[in-house]
Amino acid sequence: MDKRLSMLKEIQALEFVAIELNLYLDTHPGDRAALRDFYTIRDKLFAAIECYEKTYGPLRVFGDAPSQYPWPWIEDPWPWEIEYK
Amino acid sequence: MWIYEKKLEYPVRVYKNDIGMARLLMAQYGGPDSELSAAVRYLTQRYTMPTNKAKGLLTDIGTEEMAHWEIVATMIYKLVKGVPAKQLREAGLGAYFAEHDRAVYPADAAGMPWTAAYIQATGDPIADLHEDMAAEQKARATYEHLIQLTDDPGVKDTLRFLRQREVVHFQRFGEALNDVQALMDSKKFF
Repeated sequence: MDKRLSMLKEIQALEFVAIELNLYLDTHPGDRAALRDFYTIRDKLFAAIECYEKTYGPLRVFGDAPSQYPWPWIEDPWPWEIEYK
Repeated sequence: MWIYEKKLEYPVRVYKNDIGMARLLMAQYGGPDSELSAAVRYLTQRYTMPTNKAKGLLTDIGTEEMAHWEIVATMIYKLVKGVPAKQLREAGLGAYFAEHDRAVYPADAAGMPWTAAYIQATGDPIADLHEDMAAEQKARATYEHLIQLTDDPGVKDTLRFLRQREVVHFQRFGEALNDVQALMDSKKFF
C-alpha cells in the first residue's frame, strides 16, 4: 500500500499543477510559457497515471488499465476509504 | 459530460473521530457558501456567459468545486466513521442520525437541507461574476473559521488547501470579469 499511496500522491501533485495551469490559461490563453508548462506537466501526469493503472487498476473507467476479468473498476479502495499516512 | 477520476484532488488525513468537527464541516458541504453551492452556481451560470474565457473558467472551476465537495464529504465520513449512535446523540447529532444515520447528507451545520435559494443566476454576466467573487471570499472566510475550530493536523492541512483554492478562484474570476467588462465597453451605444 505504501508504494501505491506514494504513486497516487505523485499523481495528485502533478494533477494539481495541471489544474492550476488550466485555470490560469482560461484567462491567459496567449501565455506561451504557461502553455509550455501545461503540456510538459500533462505528459508527466499521463505517464504517471498510465504507470499506476497498469499496476493497481483503473483511475479512469476509459483509461489505460489492462483488460481484466472480472470488471476491475468497482474494486476498493474508493477515494473516501483510503487511509493516507 | 463529466468523467470520474477515482481519486481525491488532495489527500484527506483524519487522525481521530471528532463528531463536533464533522458537524461544523457541514457548512462547507451543504451550507449557503458550500462547495455544492459553488459547483451548482458556476455550472449553471456558464451557459449565459458572453466570452469564451468566462465559459471555460466557469466550467473548469465548477468542475474543481465538485472535487472539493468530495474532499469535504470524505473528511465528514472519516470523522464519524465507527462512532456509536449514542455518542453521536451526546454530541448533538441525534436528530441527524435519526434521519440520515452516518450518510453524508447535503445540509448545513445546523441541519438545514441544501437549497438552490443559496445561489443566483441572473443571466447578467457582470452580476453573476461579482456574485462568484463574493462567494469565493465567503468560502475563504468560512475555511479560516473552520481551521480555528480543529486541532487535528490532518483536517487543518486539507482545510488550508481548500482555503487557498478559494483565493486562486477569486483571482481568476476577477480576470474573467475584466474581460467581460472590456467586451461590454466595446459594445456600448447611446
